[in-house]
Amino acid sequence: MTHDGIGAPLRRKEDRRFLTGRGRYVHDIVRAHQLYAVFLRSPHAHAEILAVDAKAALASPGVAAVYTAADIAGKINGVPCAWGIVGRDGKPMKEPPHPPLAAGKVRHVGDPVAMVVADSLAAARNAAELVQVSYKVLPAVTAVAEAVKPGAPQLYDDVPGNLCCDWAVGDKAATDVAFAKAHHVAKLDLVNNRLVPNAMESRAALAEYEPSTGEYTLFTSTQLPHVARVLLGVLMLGIPERKFRVVAPDVGGGFGSKQVVYAEEALVTWAAGRLERPVKWVAERSEAFLSDAQGRDHVTHAELALDRDGKFLGLRVSTLANIGGYVSTFGPNIPTNLYGPLLAGAYTTPAIHCEVKVVFSNTVPTDAYRGAGRPEATFVLERLVDVAAHELGLDRVEIRRRNLIPKDAYPYQTPVMLQYDTGDHAATLAKALELSAWSSFAERRAASAARGKLRGIGLVTYIEACGLAPSRIAQQLGARGGIFESANIRVNPSGDISVITGAHSHGQGHETVFAQLVSELLGVPCANVEVIHGDTARSPFGLGTYGSRSAAVGGAAIAKAAGKIIDKGKKIASALLEASEQDIEFKNGAFTVAGTDRSKSFAEIAGAAYTPPPSYPLETLEPGLEETAFYDPVNFTYPGGCHVAEVEVDPETGVTVLVAYTAVDDIGTVLNPLLVEGQVHGGVVQGVGQALCEDCVYDPASGQLLSGSFMDYCMPRADDLPLIVSETACTPSAHNPIGVKGCGETGTIASPATVMNAVVDALAQYGVTHVDMPASPQRVWQAIQAARLRPVAE
Amino acid sequence: MEIKLTVNAQLVTVEVEANLLLSALLRDRLRLTGTHVACDTSQCGACTVLVDGASAKSCTLLAAEAAGSSVVTIEGLAADGALHPMQQAFHEQHGLQCGFCTPGMVMSAVDLVAVNPDPSEAEIRAWLKGNICRCTGYQNIVKAIRAGAAALRSA
Repeated sequence: MTHDGIGAPLRRKEDRRFLTGRGRYVHDIVRAHQLYAVFLRSPHAHAEILAVDAKAALASPGVAAVYTAADIAGKINGVPCAWGIVGRDGKPMKEPPHPPLAAGKVRHVGDPVAMVVADSLAAARNAAELVQVSYKVLPAVTAVAEAVKPGAPQLYDDVPGNLCCDWAVGDKAATDVAFAKAHHVAKLDLVNNRLVPNAMESRAALAEYEPSTGEYTLFTSTQLPHVARVLLGVLMLGIPERKFRVVAPDVGGGFGSKQVVYAEEALVTWAAGRLERPVKWVAERSEAFLSDAQGRDHVTHAELALDRDGKFLGLRVSTLANIGGYVSTFGPNIPTNLYGPLLAGAYTTPAIHCEVKVVFSNTVPTDAYRGAGRPEATFVLERLVDVAAHELGLDRVEIRRRNLIPKDAYPYQTPVMLQYDTGDHAATLAKALELSAWSSFAERRAASAARGKLRGIGLVTYIEACGLAPSRIAQQLGARGGIFESANIRVNPSGDISVITGAHSHGQGHETVFAQLVSELLGVPCANVEVIHGDTARSPFGLGTYGSRSAAVGGAAIAKAAGKIIDKGKKIASALLEASEQDIEFKNGAFTVAGTDRSKSFAEIAGAAYTPPPSYPLETLEPGLEETAFYDPVNFTYPGGCHVAEVEVDPETGVTVLVAYTAVDDIGTVLNPLLVEGQVHGGVVQGVGQALCEDCVYDPASGQLLSGSFMDYCMPRADDLPLIVSETACTPSAHNPIGVKGCGETGTIASPATVMNAVVDALAQYGVTHVDMPASPQRVWQAIQAARLRPVAE
Repeated sequence: MEIKLTVNAQLVTVEVEANLLLSALLRDRLRLTGTHVACDTSQCGACTVLVDGASAKSCTLLAAEAAGSSVVTIEGLAADGALHPMQQAFHEQHGLQCGFCTPGMVMSAVDLVAVNPDPSEAEIRAWLKGNICRCTGYQNIVKAIRAGAAALRSA
């Protein structure tokens, strides 16, 4: 058999439909007699709603209904949060109601105020123009540093200071002691700029209701259909799971923004039931900018205490995190549990304390965006390490070498909750330096200088935590549900296999990589394995895909189910081969009596399970060959590695060009190197986007979103990028049975800090020690000009 | 108004409103949903089709403007079930992930290779300015277009 199991660079099974225009996204689904929904959104960042008059809209041609907060009051509950955090004082976060349609007040531009449903999109749009809303505009605050100031506009009467939660992690006293004995303290103030995820497929929802059975079906572009069914159905709409099917068909990218449960999904479902007609909504891009959960948005002060030799003694971090106008599904968890505990990074820093003020503002809510908290932590730590190296006159590689966790120190307990299982940072560092030709950089810098350009190089040694999560730990940290994954393996009578996973693919390639995994474990050709996902009616309850968890948790669930299949197969084989079960070995797709050539193929065992021969012990062994497993991991997984970037800056224009990028990532066992490489490329480029061009900007006076289209929000294009050199290393994870760690976010976690370390290095000759993201031409040019005007220190 | 045009080698006669976009005609009337709309501002290129052999953003053309033209969409590229060499190259080089930008990328690439049969990496990257991908980081798309161009040259 040609090897198409674990480690094979198999081309994707799902490609053909996408390449021939046969992908089926929610945008593409049409139902007979469907209605079209349009949302009227607030043009103001902060205002009281004085009155809503929908009479003219209702009278408009083709309109089936107009709904406002008054119409849904008591019928649809607020949008729930799935992860409540607890403050340093032991009190739960402030969690004000999040009405599906703004009630009384709007809290950001784009807050939905009314829903118009009509028999054509044009009719719905026209009618939405006729809804009269009277607002009393209030002062707005969008910047997190302003929102916490005394006298700032208050979003909620009962949330003083706009403070959702004052959270902390680590040992403050121990950290203070570490700082007291420090030889040097490096300090840095930085901003992690707000981003818009911008999956290419905008969010969309199409709901239908079957009056004869009372069943609802919602097609929605989500990363987590089962979770959506509970949050939307049970919690918001009062529809029990058995009457509510959620289908996430092909989903055109997610990056975290579709692991959030949104008001529009509930409203469309509710309207379909009320009107007894299918209702479809597709977000326009401008609407996506105003309603998809955004990412990042931190303001941070950080200090690193070092001894005389450059060893890290302690780290102190104080962050203001902007979560926008409402608590989003996982919003408060991102800048806290997924941020503070990551500040140990790949280093042996013995004492760490991190405090985070989680703050409301008149902006779109923030939530998970690729990396979710971990890029922010990496950015703080890795910028600060560079600052410390600069101030101590230490080489940037050397300071990292002195502080990396040694390979033989694993498992390694950090001072901020996490216990890392495996890793070899010295090896990934060495490999990245070699691949990036770090040692010959001076020559390339000189060549750039000869052309009037400033060349800089930067590196990052990072770690991430992914594979969310052990349910017990997650629940201690505020998760309002278990976090595990499910798999169902159905061996069909002919021996081909259906694998139904609770994870969800929106580009990752699960249909291929999970088939490879089953092929490896059960010894059947990959072509005979079909992976099914994204439909609550077909898959067992699962948590979906986010946090690089599909392979580590979903894959482990599949491995567990495959183990059960093998166990049952051995029982069947033992009867058929008249041998004791203990003597049956399963190898290379066959059940064999150990030490003999007596053997049954996998297909023969499958056949026997469904067409039991006389020797099949039906009295003691059920027919059929189908197993379900739920897998709850013992811990997170911890990918890590080293990235290196080189940039070239034009000092006359401030234009920064990324000229080289190297990524060496230890992601544990590699299931499919081709798919891993694709994940790394995509992740790196999203991080490069943050570093060099992407910026979500609100006008501070009006609260209007200034970067509200692809014309204003600059995402990387093909000609902004060099060829990325990507390699993997492997210390298998000890936290799951297949040794995988996760690869979806490593790129985004490492690359912003890597690129910015290179930018600062390029500008070092001007005395520049930090540049905030994005390093736009204007910002870089200004940094150079400011330095030129500054008196020389010496 | 009634317009006649050729779509994927089939003559189509269709009644359209003056403000109907070509993308809407393809997606909503002809149910050729492989042509995607992702940005509304003509930035992303997911809606790229060939109009009389040249790539065009169908969200920025009126259906009426395509009257008399020959339009090829992603559905019309594979002949008799065999992938077009450019489609095959995207498959071989893992040039797609979520698939949403893919039809536009492939159509744009087909046009590039028609005007420049042997494009360099830099020429491919420059040509793709009008197509945004959020998943792949473009690297394997660039590789795929080079491979697709080579396959077409030797075809």
